[in-house]
Amino acid sequence: MKMLSKRNGYFLVAILATGFFYFNGSDVTTSVYATGTVFALPLALAAMVGIMCERTGIVNIGIEGTMLLSAFVAFFVSSLTQNIIIGLIAAIFTGSMMGLILAVMAVSWRMDQIIAGTIINILATGLTSFLYVQGRTIPGVFQSFEIPILSKIPFFGPVLFIHGALTFAGIIIILALYVAIYHTTWGLRSRAVGEHPSSADTAGVSVVRLRYINVTIAGAIGALAGAYLSLELVGSFERGFTAGKGFTALALMIFGRWNPLGALAAAMFFGLAQAYANQLMIDQIVNIPSQFTAALPYIMTIVVLTISAGKVRPPAAEGQPYEKGQA
Amino acid sequence: MSALLEVTGVTKRYPGVVANDNVSLTVNAGEVVALLGENGAGKSTLLKAVFGLIKPDSGEIKIGGTPIVFGDTAGVISRGVGMVHQHFQLVPVMTVAENIILGDEPKRGIFINKKAAHDEILALSKRYGLEVDPEAVIEDLPVGMQQRVEILKALRKDVKLLILDEPTAVLTPQEIDELLSVIRKLADSGVGIVLITHKLHEVMAVADRVVVLRGGKLVGATSPKETDEAGLAQMMVGRSVVLQVNRTEAKRGAVVLEVKGLQVRDDRKILSVKGVDLSLHKGEILGVAGVEGNGQREFVEAICGMRHREAGEVLINGVATKDMHPHAVHEAGISHIPEDREKHGLVSNYSIADNLVLNQFDQTPFAKGWVRNLAEVAKNAISTVEKFDIRTPSAFNSASSLSGGNKQKVVVARELSEELPVLVAAQPTRGVDVGSIEFIHNQLISARDRGAAVLLVSAELDEILSLSDRIAVMSDGKIVAIVESKDADRNYIGRLMAGLKE
Amino acid sequence: MSETNVDKKVVKNQSEESRKKFDVGSWLIPIVAVLVAMLLAAILIKLQGLNPITAYKSLFKTAFGSIEGLGVTLGKSTPLVLSGLAVAVGLRAGLFNIGAQGQLLSGALAAAWAGVTFDGLPGYIHIPIALVIGAFFGSVVAGISGFLKAYRGVHEVITTIMLNSIVMAVADYLASGKLREPDQFLTRTSEIAESAKLPIYGNLPSGFFMAVVLAISIWWILGRTTSGFRIETVGRNRHAAWYAGIPVKRTVISAMLISGSIAGLGGAVETLGITYRYAPAFNLGLGFDGITIALLGRVHPIGIIPGAVLIGGMRAGAANMQFDSGVAPELVDLLMALILLLVTAPLITRFFKNSSNKSMTSGWGN
Repeated sequence: MKMLSKRNGYFLVAILATGFFYFNGSDVTTSVYATGTVFALPLALAAMVGIMCERTGIVNIGIEGTMLLSAFVAFFVSSLTQNIIIGLIAAIFTGSMMGLILAVMAVSWRMDQIIAGTIINILATGLTSFLYVQGRTIPGVFQSFEIPILSKIPFFGPVLFIHGALTFAGIIIILALYVAIYHTTWGLRSRAVGEHPSSADTAGVSVVRLRYINVTIAGAIGALAGAYLSLELVGSFERGFTAGKGFTALALMIFGRWNPLGALAAAMFFGLAQAYANQLMIDQIVNIPSQFTAALPYIMTIVVLTISAGKVRPPAAEGQPYEKGQA
Repeated sequence: MSALLEVTGVTKRYPGVVANDNVSLTVNAGEVVALLGENGAGKSTLLKAVFGLIKPDSGEIKIGGTPIVFGDTAGVISRGVGMVHQHFQLVPVMTVAENIILGDEPKRGIFINKKAAHDEILALSKRYGLEVDPEAVIEDLPVGMQQRVEILKALRKDVKLLILDEPTAVLTPQEIDELLSVIRKLADSGVGIVLITHKLHEVMAVADRVVVLRGGKLVGATSPKETDEAGLAQMMVGRSVVLQVNRTEAKRGAVVLEVKGLQVRDDRKILSVKGVDLSLHKGEILGVAGVEGNGQREFVEAICGMRHREAGEVLINGVATKDMHPHAVHEAGISHIPEDREKHGLVSNYSIADNLVLNQFDQTPFAKGWVRNLAEVAKNAISTVEKFDIRTPSAFNSASSLSGGNKQKVVVARELSEELPVLVAAQPTRGVDVGSIEFIHNQLISARDRGAAVLLVSAELDEILSLSDRIAVMSDGKIVAIVESKDADRNYIGRLMAGLKE
Repeated sequence: MSETNVDKKVVKNQSEESRKKFDVGSWLIPIVAVLVAMLLAAILIKLQGLNPITAYKSLFKTAFGSIEGLGVTLGKSTPLVLSGLAVAVGLRAGLFNIGAQGQLLSGALAAAWAGVTFDGLPGYIHIPIALVIGAFFGSVVAGISGFLKAYRGVHEVITTIMLNSIVMAVADYLASGKLREPDQFLTRTSEIAESAKLPIYGNLPSGFFMAVVLAISIWWILGRTTSGFRIETVGRNRHAAWYAGIPVKRTVISAMLISGSIAGLGGAVETLGITYRYAPAFNLGLGFDGITIALLGRVHPIGIIPGAVLIGGMRAGAANMQFDSGVAPELVDLLMALILLLVTAPLITRFFKNSSNKSMTSGWGN
């Protein structure tokens, strides 16, 4: 008999645990899962940025900065124009530009990619601190709405089908990215470029062009994650608004083995852990200092990386600049 | 009708070298043109230019009468050119099918049509008689099979011109014969073929015409009918005698290095050294011959403490050495010229002076306690640069500014400076210019003459034959025979390398 | 060739080499970067409808125009020299310690605790104790990342940045709980004892001179000692380092410990010399400034000092600038970001161009 794979094992445990909690208190469990999904989405989307870049061999630690600046632009432009759609468009443009800058540094200048990403982060911090003005408001946020019929399903309805437009967009992007990576020409070529760029090059696939395209689109996805925070989840902007989500996302990407669904599952795990911790505090079951719940995702990130280090296999050409003809 | 490929006056310079100097070449449909030359003669550079992988500085390349755009690989491919690269251009974690269709995938909408890909590859492999499993993952396949995939990949587009860059380097003689017959069949069906090689008998066996490159220049064109192997060799090296090293009879002494029952796994965790016993004597050079990839690399690394020994031990003068600790092995008495000098041998943005003391930087006289003695480091550098004829403006330039041969001399100088009882030299002349090769060979012999036990591992059979006192042949992770070099017969060793019994 | 002749040649060659290292051209890059960054920021100021010339004049006059101003500038520069030095030591070992922030915070809090707790000791004992405790806690935080890097292969960039947030939460917890100033509601510790305050000579803070001495020592250690050679070799080619018998894992950890202790010392100096207590908001950003300063100083321990003084001066003059010209003090953050962007591209391509492991850090593996 074929052994139960480890992944299936995790999955089974998750289902059993969920079922157990659900029958003990369906309302609370449903609301924890709904909150968990809300926490998970920006992390999962940010992890998609990492996956898109790293699958083509570019390490992007500038996700945090991309999200931060995009969240700011989304808020600032929405506030200026009093139109959140225009704010969203401006954010996506900003994110793409951040991606493009990273691509220039990492692909064309062949800079150390970790340093290139750090520049993105510090640039975003500097710009947002300088341009941030207190007291601005936006006309509203992307409101939650129910998807007819589906939202009536017990448990899954409220968890998955009552959200704002950006959440739905995010979920669609994650699923689409999964299909695209494993089943389309683009995905095959991207993976080849990230694993062994010279084979792609000799097969007539332009390594430089594909890396530019992917890193730029990834920037736009990062912008969506940022805009989700300022235009849907919170409705405001503060300095240091993204609070390390871009870095946590990298850990989720690694934990999820560079697979969009794996990263999504990891993000759900993180989101649920936080939602549970919050629920425990609200119920006053345990008295955890608020600083601890705040630090929880960071501690989990380090633990997760320590566990998965050495057991996962990153795209082989990751972090290495490509020079044509050096094969 | 115009020629299939016309290369006119192509020049390509790299910092410090002219890789191609005004080279011209023509290939017609249905003929096999061998491009012959030593390492570094500019063969690969020329064909990478043809294939659009690098941009030449000047000249013109026409395919089927129309010029190509330099650097446009996709354009070249679309005009019916295929290339089999020296280093396989395959993605190790992907399947055979994915590798072959990469760049021009059968589609259904925006999706890859995996069924069509599968069928197409089966048809392709049937058509050329090259059997493969489309769903096998590349990294699980043996080297010969990987090359078959590489060739199928090149053939897929109904190629008119097929370029093969040293395709036989990693193959056994049987696989080579098979490959040569495939090449012949393809040419007979009208494909033009360019075969890059430095192996003369392959040229004689399959080529219609031979073009010889030396030092980036075209030095001659001939055909196997007009000349023989000796004639080709003379054109290739530019002098009439092939490698002949002056050396005296070995004064073999007691056993210094003993390898007992050594078993080692390779990077993929597969057992690649399958129980080796070997004794190395004072005052001899023992050459290890073998087709690359038969465990030689892992063997050397395990001896030198760089790779975990699964089983067995390595003794120096009867004392066991430490596993996985290269420096401890060094201190126990083994000097090592590592195969990958850029990775292990040098810190390339350190000065030559610092590189020369890399394994002794904290010992007297190069350090006094905690503080380095830079005057001694410098003095050592200046005298070593002179003694080993390292060509550099100053001993304080960075190692990266040196040519391959001079880098290797830095490593050799450092490893020989301590006069340890054992010297292990792994591929010591790979990527090294002819002048430096001679110098390094003489250094190995003088190390032997002062009483060192030398273990020479090389993929160049000529190097083994001309330097060794005894020759061990390695095949499939085992030493299959050890012969005295005076009894060594080239063909016999070749058969052993191929794993044939007698 | 006689002995003395060789020696002369050596001396000549070495001076040639050092001339090359200090060649003016390469040091022009940071200067140009600073000037261009100021120009770009000026355009942004202009776009806000304010006057950049007034702003810059006020900024630099406050910072460097008087002895008093210079004293404040050097005081602000001290933790910057140290955090820049911390980042530079890491980079020399091939480690990108972007967690100087957290290490600095833990040093600042620990020093504040020591400064409050050991009241009654004479200053010449109290100050060193507080400094050492600060350095120790900084090195513990960095050591976690060093250990995880060496033994688990976890990339230091993620762990150090995560530790920043964790340290911030823990420090916040302590400063609002156990270590809070009695009878106060603010999240901050009590003021440290007089005996723990760093002396100020005239207007010049003693901490700055200590930082300079430390920078010179680090420069000497890296360039002249066997330990320094080990660190540099691991940083440039860890395979060759391992092969040459250098204990790579131990070197990675010790480099992180040194880096973290310098950052922790930076936090301690900030507490004992400027803020006199720990309060969360006081030290924000110092650690990240260290990255810019390290790269602005071309990852050279001495080269860091002028960059730190420049940035320290900007920090010192920022409040006055807002008063005089209306430009937000966050202009300095923007300037730092622009400087980093401008200085890094050419610097990194030169500094690491010839390294055999082509990029300094490669992916998440080892």
